[in-house]
Amino acid sequence: MADRPLMISVRDLHKSFGGNQVLTGVNLDVEEGTTCVILGGSGSGKTVLMKHIIGLLKPDRGQVFVEGEDVVPLDDLEMERVRRKFGMVFQGAALFDSMTVYENVAFPLREHAKLSESEMRKRVEEKLAIVGLHDVADRYPADLSGGMRKRVGLARAIVRDPKIVLYDEPTTGLDPITTDYVDDMILTAKAKLGVTSLVISHDVASAFKVADQIAFLSEGKIVAHAPPAEMRGSTHPAVKLFLSTWFGKN
Amino acid sequence: MTEEVERRPRPASPVTAAVEWIGERVLGGAHAFVGVVGLATSVARWMVRPPFRVANLFAQFDFVGVGSVLIVALTGLFTGMVFATQSWSAFERFGAEGLVGPTVAITITRELAPVLTALMITMRAGSATCTELGTMRVTEQVDALETMAVSPVQYLLVPRVLAGLLMGPLLAMLFDTAGVFGAFTVAVLVKGLSVGTFLLRIQDIVGPDDVTEGLVKAAVFGLVVMLIACYRGYYASGGAKGVGQATTQAMVSSAVSVFVLDYLLGLLFH
Repeated sequence: MADRPLMISVRDLHKSFGGNQVLTGVNLDVEEGTTCVILGGSGSGKTVLMKHIIGLLKPDRGQVFVEGEDVVPLDDLEMERVRRKFGMVFQGAALFDSMTVYENVAFPLREHAKLSESEMRKRVEEKLAIVGLHDVADRYPADLSGGMRKRVGLARAIVRDPKIVLYDEPTTGLDPITTDYVDDMILTAKAKLGVTSLVISHDVASAFKVADQIAFLSEGKIVAHAPPAEMRGSTHPAVKLFLSTWFGKN
Repeated sequence: MTEEVERRPRPASPVTAAVEWIGERVLGGAHAFVGVVGLATSVARWMVRPPFRVANLFAQFDFVGVGSVLIVALTGLFTGMVFATQSWSAFERFGAEGLVGPTVAITITRELAPVLTALMITMRAGSATCTELGTMRVTEQVDALETMAVSPVQYLLVPRVLAGLLMGPLLAMLFDTAGVFGAFTVAVLVKGLSVGTFLLRIQDIVGPDDVTEGLVKAAVFGLVVMLIACYRGYYASGGAKGVGQATTQAMVSSAVSVFVLDYLLGLLFH
């Protein structure tokens, strides 16, 4: 790995729900300005891991560092300060259905930035342009396609120029063309804004397209973590089996 | 085969099943009570912290309060009319028709206005609140607020709970007015009681304490029914079915809580 500073660092993270052990000692480093994709099967704990990183869940044991600060012991108010470094794109976009596209994207600005209405509108239009959306500002989320909703979700996530963007299953349920568009969108956000991205996915093709690093989560642990080219040659049985679904069972 | 038969759990006796059924409900009720108290504490904590979103608060005043005006006024009017009709037929046997006004007024101000207003708020605003919050929860909109460094408790729950607390007494006052007007319509306009007798008897018997008791009850009920609606919706899970179940639970537990609290507050006032 290059010698970039670590933006996110997870150490020995454990989490169980009832008797079900979901994370059993996750260790993960994400460097500043890179895109790390966490691959893993359904129910492997990818989303649980992401929710720990942004502080929506507290672990049973372990540490999560964001820019060197352990966020696990932080209370709600302190966590709000840390969350301002993040933008998050949800699997179902999680747009506020009572608000228009413009109001959705402007929401983080209204809450945290002291901008005039004209500055806000300019910023919103700029971010909507980055994700390739025009003339949809006055429409409601219910009037948009799944792909458009995801793009609005990304525009909302990046509107305050966060340092880190988290993507939860960004291509799930999309057709191949829209999937390709969303992949380009992730690459564009990284190129234009220089953000650190953490992508949760089980889409192998997308992972190999957007990732600088791929981490594979299996049985509650990261069992492999490498650049895409190296990951393809992984000898770990779970990784081989998972990748074979895309690269062919040889 | 024999082993399989032996391994089968014995069917529970009706007594065991009944005890289990009661136990589950008692534990569920206790769990919900602790949850609502916890949420109330959290709401109180976030209520006094900036930013204060005045527009959100007034939107909820409008939804809970202004939106309930017609249904509360109609309920009050017809409750007063029905009650006056029934009490007239009882009092006329003793030639005490003049007591219809104060009887209706005192019962409405102390009991019927706060209780029925709370039930109207529960049905109209509580159900919508629970469904809206539940839908936001299961579609990750609540998580989205948190990831944007906005407290969902402060943004979503504080205005709704405050609206219940403040709109409850105002709507109960409307109920009082409509109920007494309903009684006036029956006693004076239909049955022919003199206006003076109707009003003077009310003035003699109904005091400010009766009105205060009703308004305090209405504030408590408004607070509690909105807290329950928020609690059930905010912690809903399991998709559309889960939201539906949460709304049903919110309606049932709100209605039961209103009647239980009405009795307890009645003890406190008398």
